[in-house]
Parts: sequence; structure tokens; C-alpha cells
Amino acid sequence: MEKELRLMKGNEAVAEAAIRSGADAYFGYPITPQSEVIEYLMAQEPHKRTGMVVLQAESEVAAINMIYGAAACGKMAMTSSSSPGISLKQEGISYIAGAELPCLIMNCVRGGPGLGTIQPAQSDYFQSTKGGGHGDYRLVVLAPASVQEMYDFVEIGFDLAFKYRNPVMILADGIIGQMMEKVEIGPQKVRRTMEEVIKQCPWGTTGKPTTRERNIITSLDLVASRQEAFNLKLVKKYDEIKEKEVKYELINCDDAEYIIVAYGSSARLSMKAMDLLRAKGIKTGIVRPITLFPFPSKVLFDLADRVKGFLTVEMSTGQMVEDVRLAVQFKKPVEHYGRVGGVIPSPEEIVNALEQKIIGG
Amino acid sequence: MAEITIKDIIKEENLVYKKSKVLTNNTMSYCPGCGHGTAHRLIAEVIEEMDIQSETVGVCPVGCSVLMYNFLDLDMQQAAHGRAPALATAIKRLMPEKFVFTYQGDGDLAAIGTAETIHACNRGENITIIFVNNGIYGMTGGQMAPTTLKGMPASTCPYGRDIEMMGNPLKMTELVSHLAGTYYVTRQSVHSPANVRKAKKAIRQAFENQKLKRGVSFVEIVSNCNSGWKLPPVKANEWMVENMFPFYPLGDIKVDGQLVTK
Repeated sequence: MEKELRLMKGNEAVAEAAIRSGADAYFGYPITPQSEVIEYLMAQEPHKRTGMVVLQAESEVAAINMIYGAAACGKMAMTSSSSPGISLKQEGISYIAGAELPCLIMNCVRGGPGLGTIQPAQSDYFQSTKGGGHGDYRLVVLAPASVQEMYDFVEIGFDLAFKYRNPVMILADGIIGQMMEKVEIGPQKVRRTMEEVIKQCPWGTTGKPTTRERNIITSLDLVASRQEAFNLKLVKKYDEIKEKEVKYELINCDDAEYIIVAYGSSARLSMKAMDLLRAKGIKTGIVRPITLFPFPSKVLFDLADRVKGFLTVEMSTGQMVEDVRLAVQFKKPVEHYGRVGGVIPSPEEIVNALEQKIIGG
Repeated sequence: MAEITIKDIIKEENLVYKKSKVLTNNTMSYCPGCGHGTAHRLIAEVIEEMDIQSETVGVCPVGCSVLMYNFLDLDMQQAAHGRAPALATAIKRLMPEKFVFTYQGDGDLAAIGTAETIHACNRGENITIIFVNNGIYGMTGGQMAPTTLKGMPASTCPYGRDIEMMGNPLKMTELVSHLAGTYYVTRQSVHSPANVRKAKKAIRQAFENQKLKRGVSFVEIVSNCNSGWKLPPVKANEWMVENMFPFYPLGDIKVDGQLVTK
């Protein structure tokens, strides 16, 4: 079969992928720089294409709670937003994690704090990978570095969400969401029938037949010992995710003396920096985490035995760098370089940072 | 003459009342005299009588009725505070053939969940909203609610609600009746047998309406909170009749999509 190629924005790719992956619902609220997701969906009329429900909610808060309602019925539901909107969703995300519901959330990150800016940033790393809302929980966090990955990670994200009954976040940024690239589009998957939903999610609140006990979706347990047992059950789940689902890309690491650790847009920018460094004879490689939770700690720990140092490049004041330092465990220097507030670092700046902070340091 | 045994008495034809099979055997956690138990029972009876137990999904709120799923033998979701109408919106849109209801207190529906309530009502979601209004936050220990009456004491207005300082009590039910998306809006109570019968009829209507797909059916139940009001159950009901009903008058407000003129 001939490949179907399209030129798309990252946000549009997410929207098309949601339809093609057989998603049942999208609930969202406009915010720059991700409004194209719901605009594209509304223009596509997915209720005619696949029967998918798309609704513009009255707020991000309502949208994430619609996701809760849909997911609690075993339905494939997705929302997207950008940083300030994702902050509003945190209560709902915590409840979804607490009720062990599967769903997909895309964050097209912009600079903060507060209303911040509408320009790209990667300053929501902590919020995404360490929980975000209240309580002890984790999201599975996928970091796309291309429009193709924006497309691909929707189906991968849904699969992980249902496999672990856990919310999954695609952590993009304003660059990935807004830029246009060639995308290979997959075939349309057929949405599950109600029977298939019930078979896959026997826990769903789809109406209690006489053949089973009632299904209750809640995150409440007033008995402390039971709540503790539940927390420990979550830990077990996260441990399994850490063991099985770590994904990363190694670029020119075999002979590298210096490693740039970068995800998403920063990884793309670092590719050019790596080429410039190698042209100068500085053997540089890139570790690109694809999953930010679970974090690829082991590969960094192992690399620390044979490289001279690490530079993390993030569009933040230094968030992922903490996880890199934890992974490297002080075996080698780990420094951070970032531009913030919507400013994008140039490859030359990254070259200078590595030369000054790691080689010169 | 043979002796009459208990078996002879417990016969179908002698039964005048029995627990609905949509209620579980769990002991309700509500205070003695509280209206929640009666309201739960009416919902259970309506669902049983309509034979829609397998077709119904309920959403319970944060508040005293947060554990409602322990008492109704239904598939239920527990919502974050105030968000029940958002959950119900998604459930109904994804499973339009199901009967979907929310059960919310006044803090949940009329304070923190005002936006979700108004927008679900305005969109005309084909759901049933049961709104239990006792003018106080029961579960957290009797704090002032958006519906607390003028001058009525609560733990966060111990000298009575001061309108100048704390604002006015909110008539949410009248408010949603003016939205195009509501089809049936009524205010009932469950403090006397006659009112219980009327409330049940209203709840039945609110569930039946879902078949019509004409929008939200909204049933307020003005209720008591003897713990929060610091009154014994009978006195609480008397206080409710004297003080709550004048401000929250009982009766239909909107029927078949038309405001009731009085």
C-alpha cells in the first residue's frame, strides 16, 4: 500500500492521529499555541468520519472532567492544552490518576509562570514528570521531537494509557505544535464497539447488568490503611512502567566524549550543535529521552563511565538537568544550558555552552 | 384454626412497602432525620420502576453524598467537587442511550460547580440533575453555603449571613430555568409523605424526559441539615418550612421547556 504523506502542523497531526487511532472523544478549550487541535477536529467533523465526539468545553477544568467521565466508561478520550490551561487541568489529572483511568493529554508548552508568553518553552517538565496535581502519582510522559512523532505518539500514548490504566501526557512545545513537517499518516482504525469497550474495560461504568456487581469509579478511600495500600499499588505500577517502557534515542554516542541530553525541540536544535562541535573535532553525542517518565536513567548512568561530561539543553532554567544529575550520580560533570520565556537557543549558543561549561570547566 | 406464622404475614399481597432492589444493603451514613436517605430511595424506586438499572450511570459529588455509590446498586462515578455535570456531559454524549444523572449538594452545584452547572444546562445536555439544597456545607461541618439564607448562622457566619459582607443567597434553580437548554425545572422537598410523593413524581418525570432528548431536567430538593443547623430532626423540618420555603418556594418552575407562570 502506498504511504499517505501530508504536510501538517504538529497540532493538526495530533488531531488527525486522534481520529485515525479510533478515539471516542476529544474535549478541549482554546489556548495558544494549541488551538489548532480543536479547530482541526471541528473542521474535520469526526462525528461524521468515525462517530467520535468532539466538544469545546466551558473551561479546561470542565474539559478534563469530561475526560474523566468518558474514561470512566472505558472510552478513549483525549484533551490538549497549553501550560496555563494544563495547570487548570491538574485537579482533574490527579483524580484521573487516583481513579486509575486511561486518557491522553497533550501539553503544547509555552513560557511561564503565570500567563507568561505564547512562545515555546519546556518549563513544564517538573509539572509533567513529578505528578503535577496533588497526591503521589505519575503520568507517563512522551516527548515528541517532530511532527511525525506528534502523530505517532497519539496511538502509542493511548496504548500505554489503557495498558496501565494511567493518564499519559504528550509533552510538546510551541515549536513542535506550530511547525509544519511531512507526516506519514496511518490507516483509519475502526472505533471499538460498545461490546469491545466492555470486554477491554470490564471496570467501566457502562450500566450495571444483572450478571455483575456494580462498577464504581472513585479516587476516595477514607480508610487510611486501604488508601496506603492503594498508594503502594500505584508505586508498583510505576515501577513496572520504569522497567518496561523507557524509550530514548542515542545519536552518535558510540565514540562520544561529550553528551548533550535534550528532548523535543531542544533535541532538534542540539543536532545542529552536535554537527558544529564535531566539525571542530569535539566528539559529541546526544541522548534524547523519548519518555520523560519513565526517565532513561540507566543509559546515562552507564554512559557516565566513558564520557567526560553532560550538557542538558532545555528551554527552561534547568529542570530535566536534576534527573540527569540523579542518573549520573556525580560520576561526571552535568551542566545545564537553556533559554527561557519563549526564547529559543541557537545551535551556536549550545556549542559555546558545552565548550565553556563542560570542556572549559 | 391453624396458627398464623410470620411466613403467612410476609406475602406479596400483604406488602405495602419494601426496599427498592436498586438500593444496596449498606447502612446509610447520613445523620438521623437527613433528607438524603429519602432522596436516594426515591431515585432508586424510580429507576426500579422504569426498569433501567442496567441502563443508568450516576455521578455523585463531593459532600455528604460523596459515598452515594455505597447505597445505590448502580454503576457510578465519583466526581471532583462541582464537576459532576462535566462528567455527565461526557457519559451521555458517549452513551446517548443510557440514563445519566448527577446528584449534587448546594456547595457542589451552586458554588464551586456553578460554571459546570450553568454550561451543562445551557448546552441542553440530556441528563437529570438532582440538586439537594440544605443551605449549608454538611460534610465539612456546617459552613456557609451559596444558598445559606440571610441571617442564617453557619460556622463561617456564626452571627448569621450578613448580606452586605457575604453577599446574597443564590437561587440557582430559578437561574437555570431561564437557560434555553433546560427542559424541566422543579423544586420539591421530602419532609412529609405528601411531599415525598410529589418529589418522586418529579424525579420520575426528570428521568422520563431523557428519552425526549430535549435538554436538562433539573430537580431541586430543599432539604434539612439537623447537624449543621444544630436542630433536632423534627425542629429542623419545621425550621425548613418556616424559613427555607418562603425563599425557595416549592413547585414546578419550568415544564416542557416553558416557564410556569404563576
